[in-house]
Amino acid sequence: MNPVLPTVERSTRASQVGALLGLVLLIAVISAPWWAERSSQRLLTEFLYTLALAQMWNLLAGYGGLLSVGQQGFVGIGGYCLVVLGLQAGLNPFLIVPLAGLVTALVAVPTATLLFRLRGAYFAVSTWVVAEVFRLMVANTASVGGGSGTSITQTVRGIPAWWRESTTLWIALALGAGATLAVYFLLRSRHGLALTAVRDSEPAAESLGISVERIKWYVYIAAAAGCGMVGALIFITKLRIAPEAAFSLDWTATMFFAVIIGGIGTIEGPIVGTLIFFLLRELLADHGSWYMIVLGSVAVVFMLWIPRGVWGLVSSRFDLHFFPVQRRVRNIDQKESR
Amino acid sequence: MTEWIDTLMQGILLGGLYSLFATGLALSFGVMRMINIAHGDFAILAAFAAIAVVEPFGLNPFVVLLVVAPLMGLFGYLLQRTILNRTLGKDILPPLLVTFGFSIIIQNLLLVTFSADTRSLNVGELGTASIALGGDLAVGVLPLIIMLAAVAVLGALQWLFSATPLGRAFRAASDDAEAAQLMGIDNRHIYGLAMGIAMAVVAIAGVFLAIRANISPADGPARLLYAFEAVIIGGLGSLWGTLAGGMILGVAQAVGLKADPGWGILAGHLAFLAVLAVRPNGLFARTRDR
Amino acid sequence: MSLLETRGVTAFYGDFQALYGIDMGVEEGETVAIIGSNGAGKSSFLRALCGLQKTAPDSVRFGGDAIGGLAAHHIVGLGLAMVPEGRRLFPSLSVEENLLVGAYSKRPGPWTLERLYALFPILGERRHNPGTALSGGQQQMVAIGRALMSNPRLLLCDEISLGLAPVVIRDIYAALPGIKAEGTSVLVVEQDVGQAMKVADRLYCFQEGRVSLAGRPGELTREQISLAYFGV
Repeated sequence: MNPVLPTVERSTRASQVGALLGLVLLIAVISAPWWAERSSQRLLTEFLYTLALAQMWNLLAGYGGLLSVGQQGFVGIGGYCLVVLGLQAGLNPFLIVPLAGLVTALVAVPTATLLFRLRGAYFAVSTWVVAEVFRLMVANTASVGGGSGTSITQTVRGIPAWWRESTTLWIALALGAGATLAVYFLLRSRHGLALTAVRDSEPAAESLGISVERIKWYVYIAAAAGCGMVGALIFITKLRIAPEAAFSLDWTATMFFAVIIGGIGTIEGPIVGTLIFFLLRELLADHGSWYMIVLGSVAVVFMLWIPRGVWGLVSSRFDLHFFPVQRRVRNIDQKESR
Repeated sequence: MTEWIDTLMQGILLGGLYSLFATGLALSFGVMRMINIAHGDFAILAAFAAIAVVEPFGLNPFVVLLVVAPLMGLFGYLLQRTILNRTLGKDILPPLLVTFGFSIIIQNLLLVTFSADTRSLNVGELGTASIALGGDLAVGVLPLIIMLAAVAVLGALQWLFSATPLGRAFRAASDDAEAAQLMGIDNRHIYGLAMGIAMAVVAIAGVFLAIRANISPADGPARLLYAFEAVIIGGLGSLWGTLAGGMILGVAQAVGLKADPGWGILAGHLAFLAVLAVRPNGLFARTRDR
Repeated sequence: MSLLETRGVTAFYGDFQALYGIDMGVEEGETVAIIGSNGAGKSSFLRALCGLQKTAPDSVRFGGDAIGGLAAHHIVGLGLAMVPEGRRLFPSLSVEENLLVGAYSKRPGPWTLERLYALFPILGERRHNPGTALSGGQQQMVAIGRALMSNPRLLLCDEISLGLAPVVIRDIYAALPGIKAEGTSVLVVEQDVGQAMKVADRLYCFQEGRVSLAGRPGELTREQISLAYFGV
């Protein structure tokens, strides 16, 4: 009898199909400016940057165990980079997007130093306080428009509308797909294993020589930078910025919603969740407050009864993994594997 | 000089209101290890409930409070028993997100029912009455009443925790939930009672807030943050610390407001961050991890 | 009718089965010891008895009533109290408060603070100290006293000698006759076979989640116990 040697697999049939599907989608979105209507192009842009936000929060909470209620602080700072670097310093708005990532990362460093003194729920509420501090500081600074905000149309003047909208879409794609892939490759890397270990048991990870604090610190900075870049892009599409909108808790609420509904701690989850979020919005957005009540209720129901989200249900039911981050051992003798 | 003394005094009295907000939050964290993100929204909900019966029937807000607070307490107990107890466990995400969902639901339900207009509770002359302290100094009667109410609530809770079987059960369940069960303590019931008390106290805070100032449906989150800050500044596990924390926050806000109208709330937040930087365990912490 | 009678008690931790059908009993006024090596299922069994571990309703009968799967706080009220492994005193409570929490279920009976302070005089002297400020042996006394305050018919003691010096263990076991004198039955889980043989009227030995031996200490031979304990 020939013994079959056990092998370690990292890809699945689904992941190969998924990669192909992803490539097709990628080409479709890149070429959208040539075939899609303006309104659907805008919707697509919005979807992609929302996905990027959701992935950032998923990375924070689902993998890093960092429950932040204050990501709107970094979205807002990213947005205000347009005012300072674009409106005042005259830089190209699209160039500001990566710069906004840098700026928010730099802001996140001292923030992390302060907030990491607190744990769990205390950390969560404190991140919110910090976001409020950012908002109030901006609102008190007359040179960036104060509490009533300012128009940033000036920054895109001279860029033809077609180019503006197309570049916005491409950057949104870069952020949405980039965030998804970045999380995916991070998790597949050595650091990913460490991150998973941290999520599963901090003391155990610590005892394996993994510096939990440092990993969490990197995750926090990276997520801040991601949210900052998205923030800059969001306000390129809105062309008007005010503290209330830029630092709105709604940004974080959206991230929560997409991640929880979709499935926290999975890469597919935020994609599914963001889709559901947009679907619900298209259906109910006309109903204003009732729409928010429905969103809140759906989130509560999921958290209580379907904590693993839609993707959690699907993947366990069909053993489906488009983004396999775990290593699977095949052909092991049944007795040994028990 | 008098002006600054006046500012300081107002800030300290404001701390009474803040500590009423903070007490419920400290209680639910102390016993259940959960933070109710909708804490402030429940206060605003209680205040609107009071407004809804006070305005059409011309009732006295203080009398209405005697009904609203126990009702909110009962509501809190039932909420804990039916929903929140299911969220408790090692993972802190479920309670946080479920209460975050409540926050959104309550704000929008209030918006649908009462519109976005600001409202308040009228207590007639009492709202503006003050006692002269000599010189140009005077102290408002209403803030004084609120401060006394805060001290009374804290005193009652202190007594409950240190001298009653229920208080011992609260502390035991907080220390070691499983061992507490072995003593015959039904944790689910104890958690329900803790949330009931927290809600009753936050209802008092909400009604006092609406007597003192205008409120609108979206005011809850700000109240949660102030309450949280007062708890952290005061230090965990210390009931009287929340009063001190509330006072420090109140003074910071009052002083900031005097320096520049836009800096009041910001100064409060910065005071909180400063405490976090210097003494992350709070100024009056006893024990407890966080 | 036995005070405690179990039939086929099982316990699972996820996929792992810790107990494979335990049959045993404790008579009124009796002291019974369960011995066995680490991982034999002794603690799981006690957790199943006191309601901290799920088990089938009919598998545990106490005073004639089926109590399997009842909530722990409910079981205490029926007169079955547990001294948990590792003592688990409430750190924010004083010695006296720890004892008073034990009386939370308000079962009537002989045990009061005064009666306990007579049994363990040192606790009376230290009544206002935080429970966790005491020495290991004294903490164990608080844990036992706390369980007695519920006036149990049966007292479960999980590894009460673990990590204590021999002289301290002797002091703690010296309290056992006083407890029995009040008519309380005792079920102790012990890794220390010698200690168990000394105090127990009857003995059960667990091995890999099963009862491997049962009998009276005087009637069991060294070889029998060694075989039941180690499986060799």
